[in-house]
Amino acid sequence: MPRTMLADLSLILPELFLTGGAVCGLLLGSYLPRRSQWLVDALAGVVCVAGVVATVVGWPNGGTTVFEGAYALDVATAVVRIVVLVSVLLVLAISGEFRGHARKSEFVVLLLLSALGTIVLAGANDLLLLVAAFLLASVPLYALTGFAKDSPGTEATMKYYLLSALAGTVMLFGVMAVFGVGGSTGYARLAETLPTTPAAAVAAGAVLVLAGPMFKAGAVPVHFWVPDVTQGARPPVSALVTTIPKIGALVAVYRLVAAVLAPTALNWPLLVAVVAAATMTLGNLAAFFQDNVRRLLAYSTISQVGYLLMAVAAAGASTLALPSLLLYLAAYAVTNLGAFAVVAALPNAETLTDYRGLVRHHPWLAISLVVCLLGLVGTPPTGVFAGKLTVFTAAFDAGFGWLVAVAIANTVASLFYYLRWIAPAVRLEPLTLPTNHGAAGAAAVAAAVSLALGPLAGLVLAPLGHPLTPLP
Amino acid sequence: MLSVVVFLPLAVAVGLVAMPRVSDRVVRSIWIAATAADLALVVALWIGFAPGPSGFAYEVNQRWIPTVSAGYHIGLDGLSLPLVALTAVLFLACALYSLRQTHRMRAFAALFLFLQTVCLGVFVSLDLILFFVFFDLSIVGMYFVIALWGHRGAARAALMFFLYTFLGSLALLLGFIGLYVASDPHTFDIVALTAQNPLAGGGIFSVLVLLAILVGLAVKTPTVPFHTWLPPAHTEAPAAGSAILAGVLLKLGTYGFVRIAMPILPGTWRDYSPAIVAIGVAGVLYGAFVALGQNDLKRMVAYTSVNHMGYILLAFGAAGLVATSDAQAHDLAVTGAVTQMVSHGLITGALFLLTGVLYERGRTYDMDAYGGLAARTPWFARVTAVAAFASLGLPGFSGFIAEFQIFTGALGPVPVATALAVVGILVTAALFLRALQRVFLGPARATGKGDMADLAGAEAAAIVPLLALAVLIGVFPRFLLDVIEPAARVVGTLVSR
Repeated sequence: MPRTMLADLSLILPELFLTGGAVCGLLLGSYLPRRSQWLVDALAGVVCVAGVVATVVGWPNGGTTVFEGAYALDVATAVVRIVVLVSVLLVLAISGEFRGHARKSEFVVLLLLSALGTIVLAGANDLLLLVAAFLLASVPLYALTGFAKDSPGTEATMKYYLLSALAGTVMLFGVMAVFGVGGSTGYARLAETLPTTPAAAVAAGAVLVLAGPMFKAGAVPVHFWVPDVTQGARPPVSALVTTIPKIGALVAVYRLVAAVLAPTALNWPLLVAVVAAATMTLGNLAAFFQDNVRRLLAYSTISQVGYLLMAVAAAGASTLALPSLLLYLAAYAVTNLGAFAVVAALPNAETLTDYRGLVRHHPWLAISLVVCLLGLVGTPPTGVFAGKLTVFTAAFDAGFGWLVAVAIANTVASLFYYLRWIAPAVRLEPLTLPTNHGAAGAAAVAAAVSLALGPLAGLVLAPLGHPLTPLP
Repeated sequence: MLSVVVFLPLAVAVGLVAMPRVSDRVVRSIWIAATAADLALVVALWIGFAPGPSGFAYEVNQRWIPTVSAGYHIGLDGLSLPLVALTAVLFLACALYSLRQTHRMRAFAALFLFLQTVCLGVFVSLDLILFFVFFDLSIVGMYFVIALWGHRGAARAALMFFLYTFLGSLALLLGFIGLYVASDPHTFDIVALTAQNPLAGGGIFSVLVLLAILVGLAVKTPTVPFHTWLPPAHTEAPAAGSAILAGVLLKLGTYGFVRIAMPILPGTWRDYSPAIVAIGVAGVLYGAFVALGQNDLKRMVAYTSVNHMGYILLAFGAAGLVATSDAQAHDLAVTGAVTQMVSHGLITGALFLLTGVLYERGRTYDMDAYGGLAARTPWFARVTAVAAFASLGLPGFSGFIAEFQIFTGALGPVPVATALAVVGILVTAALFLRALQRVFLGPARATGKGDMADLAGAEAAAIVPLLALAVLIGVFPRFLLDVIEPAARVVGTLVSR
């Protein structure tokens, strides 16, 4: 059914808001005096809230596509929009250390652009759009990683840029190969043509394509950048890099596997399951003896991607796969940002021992930290528990009992390093650290939301039951 | 009404944390008032207890996560009501005992109130996910009790406790998900699953599910060989923490057997009953003999818990074996096991509080450091003697009623195992008598630090009622057995399906 461009545009209001917000923010930031730069913050806040409202008002029933099938608008895209926009708000709230910074408006603009890239990544229904979204979600992050212009940040930026460029190139090769055998870049057409083409070519091409979103998600074996970037960048940027891009990337992987690769002859679920098992295990093992809190959280985010990929492995075999992925993503984003908010609230605390005695002077910050870290473990009744429960159930349902067993063993292992952080924090010792109150507030809010998501899981899951957009 | 009982302590805890700074006295009064009110409500529940056609009283069933068919489903039957009452009694005793506590009173009280809600929640849950939520939170709460208020080696013991029991609870979750996947229509509701008997066909899957659930519950109970977390956790925890740990938290495991494993997987349970009997007897003997070898009084009491939990497992295993042949023996075993849970909670709770009293005075649990205390602290000696006799199962105490029923029920189906378990009683008697002798009799010894004052009013107010209840059940058990027996009979019919 042909539709006018204008009608298509009305369906992607949140994306347009982000674009407009970025452009206006750049102009505003160029002309405003430094003390009025908060207006850019305010603009970004308004843009995000407007985007959430627009998404909720236009909640997709059944889903559709725009731009001739290139961009899917379904429940998955809608959820990613909301999660990303709320995450942007949280990142803005914890980036108090850049207040009065000469390039504050640049920070906000780059943040908005990377959020836009992430959302498009999740909705991409065409390989070329996927590549474009990958670049849009990556390029602003290079600049943000080195935002502080210090030597760790610069080193992290270099590493991130080089690896990301490599992943992007590999991905382009993959697109080329898939286009070569499939004759199209649109997912709908590929789903029809790929099953009849040589399996080896499809396998090689698709694996290369997957390298892009897997890289953004920080999954094994393309995870090397995560710890260095997380440690090298400033805490608000680390929070951003380890949270927001993953949201879009995982949905992109899900879309590729469920919509394009599932009908082909190869056993894609098994491949994803193996990657999931490797990712969670490696992330957890590497996190064991980290003393730097940001490095520890970096490996923890790698392991979380492993759990999230379990839902991708269950795609198609369990009706619970997509809702559980989306619920887990939302819970993960809030909880992980909460943990990073605590890190950002104590800019001078680098190692685990620096947190000794936190509970005495900042009891609420300590409680937020405990809630977020236990939340990441998956302790009930937090949101991640509900996410893990549904993801595990979906994987079990799909016949991946062994993967669930691996995940459970991993969960216990992960408890060890989270407790290594909790134990000093709740000890009674004097502590004198400067705190950032905005970030502390954000940590408390994130912890509260993370805690509330579990009991409210029923309400959250109810509107997520729709499958991915039917292919045109 | 039941939800009020469960969530009242949590509400008070939140209030305590949110309140501006108040004196410790006010905190204590609020804590005691809250636990007393909760106990009063439980008594009211007991008086009005009348199970409906479903077998449960005060049932509430609300939707929670309908996508996976998990609900807020709670209710009370003859298995859970006595344990709910035990929980309320023990938490009140801990509140009274902690009148002398001064170290971070507000957080301590809030944490115990939180734990109370969690423990009550486990006993009333009729939904696997709800059960798991409360079950797991009990670990979190107890971790902080041990880590923050424990003795010197607490950090390590707390970590060990958390890792072990968390591993157990995740195994349990794996089993629960297995049950969910096997059920048709998929559900996490315990009542629905019990009616469905989803794995009646047996097969390797049902064995794996039962194994996951057994491991999960066995770690929590704990049964040999999953008990290694228990002695350090008990030894390092503060007295009130040990009392709750032994009195209530260990029952979460045994309660799981009779609420979940036996009714939902009856066929597989019957098939593997001999193994369960064997594990039970191993626990009885191992616990008793290792306790005999201890010099540390608190460790000794901790190991007797392993011993007492072994009796319960023996009874459950025997129940699986007799289920089809002799209904009466079966009912006896299950009834005895539930009675044992209540009895052990009361008596061991009292014993741990008493070791706490001893530690307050002498700053050590080493029995060799004491001697001749009976002359200087006569009341403390008398109360401890009563608790020790109660624990070794002397007639007239609740432990006797429980163990008598267990042995009578188990003797028919597993005579050899039962005979071996009786040896456990003998060893327990020996070790308690020896401990009493070493601490209280003989020549008086200088204990160094601290003055050896007699039992204080608050301590007596916490401990004596527990023992009085143990005697009451020992002499007039009918009020308790009348509640348990019908429910035990239901479990019997379910297991013999």
